[in-house]
Amino acid sequence: MSMDRREFVKTTAATVAAAALVPPTAREAAAPPADPAFKELAMAALNAARAAGASYADVRIAHNRNQFIRTRERQIAGVTDTESLGVGVRTLVQGTWGFAASRALTKDAAAAAAREAAAISKANRAAQLKPVELAPVVKFPNASWRSPHKVDPWSVPIETKVGALLAANEAALKVDKVKYVFSGLFFVKEEKTFASTEGSFITQTIIRTWAPMQITAVASDFSDFQRRGNTSPPTGRGYEVVEQSLSPESATRWAEEAAQRLSAKPVEPGRYTLVLHPSHLWLTIHESIGHPTELDRALGYEANYAGTSFLAPPEQVIGKFKYGPEFMNVQGDRTQDGSCGQTGWDDEGVQAEAFSIVRNGVFVDYQTTREQVAWIAALGGAARSHGCSYADSWSSIQFQRMPNVSLLPGTEERSAEDLIAATDRGIYVVGDGSYSIDQQRYNFQFGGQVCYEITGGKLTGPLKDVAYQSRTPDFWNAMDMIGGPKSYELHGSFFDGKGQPGQINAVSHGCPPARFRDVTVINTGRKS
Amino acid sequence: MTRRFLSRAEAQALCERLLKWAKADETRVNYSGGWHGDTRFARNEVTTSGSVEDGTVTVGSAFGKRQASASTNVFTDKALRACVGQAERLARLAPEDPEFMPAVPPQQYAPVSAFFDSTANLSAEARGRAARFALELARAAGDLTAAGFIQANVGAAAVGSSSGLFAYHQSTDVSYTLTVRTADGTGGGGGGGSSSDWTRIDPEAIARRAAHKATASRDPVAAEPGAYTVVLEPQAVGDLVQTLAFSLDARSSDEGRGPFTKPGGGTKLGEKIVDEGVTILSDPADSALLTAPFDGDGLPLRRQVWIDRGVLTNLAYSRFWAKKQGKDPTGLPHSVRMLGGSQSIDDLVAGTDRGLLVTRFWYLRQVDPRTALFTGLTRDGTFLIEHGEITKAIKNFRFNESPLFLLSKLDGLGREERLGGAEGGGAVVMPALRALDFHFTSLSDAV
Repeated sequence: MSMDRREFVKTTAATVAAAALVPPTAREAAAPPADPAFKELAMAALNAARAAGASYADVRIAHNRNQFIRTRERQIAGVTDTESLGVGVRTLVQGTWGFAASRALTKDAAAAAAREAAAISKANRAAQLKPVELAPVVKFPNASWRSPHKVDPWSVPIETKVGALLAANEAALKVDKVKYVFSGLFFVKEEKTFASTEGSFITQTIIRTWAPMQITAVASDFSDFQRRGNTSPPTGRGYEVVEQSLSPESATRWAEEAAQRLSAKPVEPGRYTLVLHPSHLWLTIHESIGHPTELDRALGYEANYAGTSFLAPPEQVIGKFKYGPEFMNVQGDRTQDGSCGQTGWDDEGVQAEAFSIVRNGVFVDYQTTREQVAWIAALGGAARSHGCSYADSWSSIQFQRMPNVSLLPGTEERSAEDLIAATDRGIYVVGDGSYSIDQQRYNFQFGGQVCYEITGGKLTGPLKDVAYQSRTPDFWNAMDMIGGPKSYELHGSFFDGKGQPGQINAVSHGCPPARFRDVTVINTGRKS
Repeated sequence: MTRRFLSRAEAQALCERLLKWAKADETRVNYSGGWHGDTRFARNEVTTSGSVEDGTVTVGSAFGKRQASASTNVFTDKALRACVGQAERLARLAPEDPEFMPAVPPQQYAPVSAFFDSTANLSAEARGRAARFALELARAAGDLTAAGFIQANVGAAAVGSSSGLFAYHQSTDVSYTLTVRTADGTGGGGGGGSSSDWTRIDPEAIARRAAHKATASRDPVAAEPGAYTVVLEPQAVGDLVQTLAFSLDARSSDEGRGPFTKPGGGTKLGEKIVDEGVTILSDPADSALLTAPFDGDGLPLRRQVWIDRGVLTNLAYSRFWAKKQGKDPTGLPHSVRMLGGSQSIDDLVAGTDRGLLVTRFWYLRQVDPRTALFTGLTRDGTFLIEHGEITKAIKNFRFNESPLFLLSKLDGLGREERLGGAEGGGAVVMPALRALDFHFTSLSDAV
């Protein structure tokens, strides 16, 4: 999972190069050919939208497949295969959006959806103050892309998959006091076709794989139980990652960690230096950097549900707000190989790219879609979309979703062990646990999967009931050490929620371990 | 508007068609389908609006104790046959499930009339008119911005099985949630409502209330974190109390990994676990809830009282766990109602010497499954109560609290209300209440 510095620099350089608006070449070779029937259907929808008065329209035909296999202890708990196929049409009539979708995949149904979308645009025109403007985009008339995977999960026999899960469970159940194990395999395949009235026609196949486990140890007198979960990160790869995610050796270690928590020392509340492992820190990045740097949130478009952002108004924070120390660099990225957020083009035909969000500690840009550029261009933000549009289904309206948002490693080669060795009194947190943050992304509370006391530069025993609370700007400005390129790891979320109606998004966050000074830690083990 | 889902007869014919093709020892077919229309607005204008029609068939196949399921939303004969074939192929390959339960035999279901034309016919124009109350109120005020969401759902669910069982339920539901913020970003208020019947939603009243909260919560002052007496509005009660649904699973309790596990083993069934003023139930036919009277297996869902006057009277039993424990299966509830009292929110405030009034909670996540302890924050209007009166708006707080601790310190019950938006989803009816000693652990700058 970690990469060396040379690879890291190479990846970063490649992602920056990809940001230039040039048509792709090599990456197209392995991608699936466009379905001619889908092209006809897409054209029927676009023509109907134009005829109904749309100045712009896009159509997405998607075939989403999921396979979920769940086990508990020594048995299977569920095998489910799902598919969903349909067409969604988005129209802009006099600067107002409309959207309609149908599972009927005929030219007539696609044209009817386009007309209904245009009618909705017209129905809402009266309630709009300012017409939508779309930033320019490069046309890709015949482009395709697919996730870099070695083994298509659908090509692997079900017995092999169940065997891998049950072998991991068996290893965990051998550990004393471990009574319950959940494990699962989640595979996602999105085959999608995008076409727009601006002349793009793009087909993509996106594959994601996740193999989570949750292991529960129960005290023999039923006085306590402890869990170790969130064991392996989701990926934008194929079945090839399963072997590592479900290795019996790792399962044994996680089971021992669950059992160890039963006799761990309850944490003494207070202020501590925290050393946060990448398997934990990714979620803090997601919540306190990923979400507040979404432009729709910052401007109030998500106010009714997910909330707004402390990072506003844009003209007062772009290039000015000090997020953290000078060595803090955060990148938005939809090109990183194997990440959940990787794609060739976003869901409005903008080519994937990497871009800076925090540079040398200063906030420099938001995540954007085409429509958002007009909101921000005059305020010091980017003049073109960063390609952050995504819809989780043909039946969902595409909108701004988080790309991979990653904290880049420091230049000096340091490991988590080096950070611990440099710490006199603190807590080392591994794995993501409970998480909660307010609707402007200031106040947060995070727990971990495994926590250790640090005394005199050494780990001196496990702790339990640990959660830390902080305020986003205080927290990141308290970061005083960071791991190097070799300590960088990619973790993430398979099911990040946003929007109304709610949509999910899979996203990765890369980071090295990092150290934070003087953070408030509470004990969550209340009894009444 | 044309019907966009299968009628009872069509759903039954679909199930029979698939069951005829099936070669497995047992087969179950689930259908769900329908239409939703939504309108979203923010910054005082409509932003997106959509109309979506979809339908899904899921086939569950079993050979002996080997089982699997497959689903598709393509209803051509070819695709449906492929779906049956895929479920059967996966089932043959899956290992035997020692917890396999045979298909539910034919059942009788209590009728639930949950279909309302007022919701089924809610067009984009009608949703736009409803949104306009809030948009025009905010625009006219000059210093308020409104953001909200209206979604109407129309559809049906059906289950058919090789045992001869068939169940069908058609329903509508609609929800409206609204957030109003002051232009200077120092005040924010919220409100909403949901129902099967659109005529029971009052968009004008929701808009006025949210705008009032936004104005009243402007320029909040910081109060010290600590333990406070709280008056929780129904939304806030629901945000925390509905999380108990996660803990009601009988199996986890029996296995020693839930808040209803008794020290030494066994469950707390029959024990007093919270204040005697607390009764919590689920009931598909309750006129304020109106949810499907069966679960995915076709098992009838009936009225279940989980907590009766403070005593834990039932836990949620799956069919397998009920058989093992000699209990009746309950299925998983789709709805929850906590019975209320007669006091208004004003009455609860008037009876409070010093405390906080909380409009709602936000971003609740479990911190300790042993005690059902959750963390989260106040949002959309938090106020200080002194000597029976609201005296000032205060900054939001983070809490670490368990619904079980909250309901053990009950000090007054208000009237019930169906909630507009619940983080956990489903139909939720909750009362306002007053409780002592609620733990707030830190301040939040968020508005």
